[in-house]
Amino acid sequence: MATNKDRVALPPVGAQKTNLTCHFCIVGCGYHVYKWPENQEGGRAPTDNALGLDFRKQLPPMSIIMTTAMQNTITDQDGSRHNIMIVPDKQCSVNQGLSSTRGGQLATVMYTPNGVGKERLRSPRVYVADQWVDTSWDDALALYAGVTKKILDNDGPSALAFDCFDHGGAGGGFENTWGTGKLMFTALKTPLVRIHNRPAYNSECHATREMGIGELNNSYEDAELADVIVAVGCNSYETQTNYFLAHWLPNLQGQTIEKRKQRFPGEDAAPAKVIFVDPRRTPTIAVAEQVAKDSVLHLDIEPGTDIALFNALLTYVVDQGWHDKEFIEAHTKGFDQVLKANRTSLEDASHITGVSVEKLKQAAEWAYKPKASGHRPHTMHAYEKGIIWGNDNYLIQSSLVDLVLATHNVGRRGTGVVRMGGHQEGYTRPPYPGNTKIYVDQEIINGKGMMYTAWGANPFQTTLNAEQHRAVILKRAGIVREAMANVRGGGTEQMIEAIYDAVKNKGGLFVANINLYPTKLAEAAHVMFPAAHPGEINLTSMNGERRMRLSQRFTDPPGSAKADCLIAAAIANTLKQLYSTEGKQDMAARFEGFAWQTEEDAFNDGFRMAGQAGAGPIDSQGGTTGNLVTYERLIAMGNNGVQLPAKEFRDGKLIGTEMLYTDYKFDTPDGKAEFKPAPWPGLPKPVAEQKAKYKFWVNNGRINEVWQTLYHDQYNEFVRQRVPMAFLEVNPEDAQALNIASGDVVEVFNDYGSTYALAYLEPDIKRNQTFMQFGHFNGVMGDLTTPWTDRNVVPYYKGTWANIRRIGSVDVFKQTISFKTRRFSA
Amino acid sequence: MIPITRRGFLKVSGGVAAGVAIGVPDVLHAATPTPEVQGRVNLPYPLHSIAKKQQLQANTPVPFSYPDASSPCALIKMGHPVPGGVGPDRDIVAYSLLCTHMGCPVAYDAERRVFKCPCHFSIFDPEHAGQMVSGQATEKLPSIVLQYDPKDESVHAVAVEGLIYGRQSNLL
Repeated sequence: MATNKDRVALPPVGAQKTNLTCHFCIVGCGYHVYKWPENQEGGRAPTDNALGLDFRKQLPPMSIIMTTAMQNTITDQDGSRHNIMIVPDKQCSVNQGLSSTRGGQLATVMYTPNGVGKERLRSPRVYVADQWVDTSWDDALALYAGVTKKILDNDGPSALAFDCFDHGGAGGGFENTWGTGKLMFTALKTPLVRIHNRPAYNSECHATREMGIGELNNSYEDAELADVIVAVGCNSYETQTNYFLAHWLPNLQGQTIEKRKQRFPGEDAAPAKVIFVDPRRTPTIAVAEQVAKDSVLHLDIEPGTDIALFNALLTYVVDQGWHDKEFIEAHTKGFDQVLKANRTSLEDASHITGVSVEKLKQAAEWAYKPKASGHRPHTMHAYEKGIIWGNDNYLIQSSLVDLVLATHNVGRRGTGVVRMGGHQEGYTRPPYPGNTKIYVDQEIINGKGMMYTAWGANPFQTTLNAEQHRAVILKRAGIVREAMANVRGGGTEQMIEAIYDAVKNKGGLFVANINLYPTKLAEAAHVMFPAAHPGEINLTSMNGERRMRLSQRFTDPPGSAKADCLIAAAIANTLKQLYSTEGKQDMAARFEGFAWQTEEDAFNDGFRMAGQAGAGPIDSQGGTTGNLVTYERLIAMGNNGVQLPAKEFRDGKLIGTEMLYTDYKFDTPDGKAEFKPAPWPGLPKPVAEQKAKYKFWVNNGRINEVWQTLYHDQYNEFVRQRVPMAFLEVNPEDAQALNIASGDVVEVFNDYGSTYALAYLEPDIKRNQTFMQFGHFNGVMGDLTTPWTDRNVVPYYKGTWANIRRIGSVDVFKQTISFKTRRFSA
Repeated sequence: MIPITRRGFLKVSGGVAAGVAIGVPDVLHAATPTPEVQGRVNLPYPLHSIAKKQQLQANTPVPFSYPDASSPCALIKMGHPVPGGVGPDRDIVAYSLLCTHMGCPVAYDAERRVFKCPCHFSIFDPEHAGQMVSGQATEKLPSIVLQYDPKDESVHAVAVEGLIYGRQSNLL
């Protein structure tokens, strides 16, 4: 068969068409899925294909995005084969017909026996003696539930550790956070739970929430309405791609001026300005400068000094009288105390951040000085992992939101103080059964916990202090594997006894892995369950403007894979049966309420019950009006969905909420937003020690082409050819001193660990700084991160220092990978 | 200013703001042959003579159209051996000039030796088989399969690898 992908099959008129929200970042671009029998094709005439386009001649630019990556041929469980085409939805207000390099490959990553998904888990697997073997759901569930019960009965729920997703999109969604949450918190009642990307059960946004401001408080449209966007530690071209391309850039280019004049009559409206706060000149900054150089200001602060920056801006703004005294008086509390606690001169801030006083003044004037028309500028503050994984999360957020509150940049259109986000959101769970934050990684390292379930999570590639964490889990899991290998022909009961003996008396850890793929966790696990992702199941999530959509099922999961909520239900129902058989009705009752046949059953049980009479307490991003939302209503709303919280259902449509706090009733008991003191703390001790000992700051993060841990991408040749190994951007002069060339493999090491990376010389990287791709299976950046966390156990992933040593070259990397700059320039 | 949105793009009518804009001669190509369906799995691409080796200057794109007049392409002699390169120095390559993302014409940046798309900022490397260096495309830049005839030092286009933007098939 020819491998040249130089043509595609067109969807015929009448092909099945469903909605799919891209799950490869928080933005959630809308796509349409066309599905039709493999032996049929649409014609080239516009009346002969479902796209309505004339393929008899060359289409002009911007007509559509339709590439070979957007097509695949899948097989349903009845054996019927179908072509699918997944193309961006022009009517979706989020992406307006744009696709990112990730979402453009949604069709590619759907399961086919020979495709990207060929390594998908298709049935449960158990580790027998020294190999993974397939088994039945009944067998795997009997083992998993049996070990769980044994531990629960003898040692209590606190020995049952979970590392579980809490988000939307693939490996998440309102159905699945509910299913897993109900199992962990209501049925098992374990507090020993961490979230997929951090070592405790905590928020990434404690400070802003305590101040009364939820972190997703505006709409993507507000980026079109802002006078200024302050972008802090977010590389949006790469990590919130079409939010940046479809909503930020038009404003930078002046294309939204008319809209702004209509919304804000009498106000000056010039093309927006953008202020980037980031130690690194990111590809996003390069694009913004390319588009509107004079409207871009880059505050390239020293790593970890954000707090000093925001405190100085607050001080300067107030000294200039640019703060909103009426707003502060009427709707906030704690201003005077914070002004005192945070007071920092521009000179001191310049010394700490390395940014000149002139630049700091310019930033303040752009963002906060009243416009010539006398109006206060609409300044939107956007932040992500530079703050979330910064020094320190709680204090940076406090200092940023202090500045935002003082300048009244919340609750007005064109403003907002918002996290940009990673995954989509989709949280609906019973309350967490505990009132302290447990640093789960440390508990595991210290020998606590007997059973560890990694659920849609891969801490081996993503956690902090990862080398030690991985080493301990592998060692403890090895004890269990050895015990299991000695049980031959003894059946599940005997296996459970042997496992329990290993975890109770020998320091072992029983590990389960629930995921799409085996992942690196397969190196430690003893049992695996196959999960499913959007398209194979129905799934609801919401994006960074709280826009909820239903991704519709259009095919079957591979093998016997299931939605996570139904896996949770299967576990709960097995435990219920075990307790019932034993006559322990009180325990059996804890596992009731999982009689779900479909994802929609879980949705109706969780998201739609929040706030309803008779339902227990439910923490839901849908609030108390989730009951208004149904699958049927969401399907009718298409890829534009509804912005949560839903307000009403009227004339066949769900009406949502575009912006929060327009009434200035903030999420505090008295409704007043609360200023929070945030004095500059310096670097944390373990981080400062690494900085003193090692030469290079190891900044790190996600890159455009790759989604998270590469769970799909590691099998996707388009991505793998580009980034077969975590790359490390290095300054060319530093590289010369180390005798390193692009394409060389280098060791990166410090007191906490060592890893390899692929050197990528980049002139925009400063001396003594680097940037390493995070989460890669081939070179784990987290091995270098210190175990330090903030008061809420939020890590400082961005803060570590290391040395670099040249290892050698991999010839094929040098031949096949381009090491030209990733920054767009004129 | 760089056009980004559909609206903005059309306003500037395909202007290329960065790098060297490559003009495409408005020459109608020979009629595309009728696809021969039976007996083959490859499309019946036409043979098209592009240039003689002595006409080529290193790092300077030569515009042409292939496989028909509405598909702008460029031939470049890179000056050193590259993957897929033809000719005695294995350094001659050619690519479609339509970005595989949304079809905007890419421009050649001779200093950085990359093709750049002004619409959504994708960058492609002709020295690495059209690999996307950064950007929003999901495919490499389609490469034009070349044959070099040592007898008269001529370079011919014989096929296209990858789908040209805006087409169901590379042959209209």
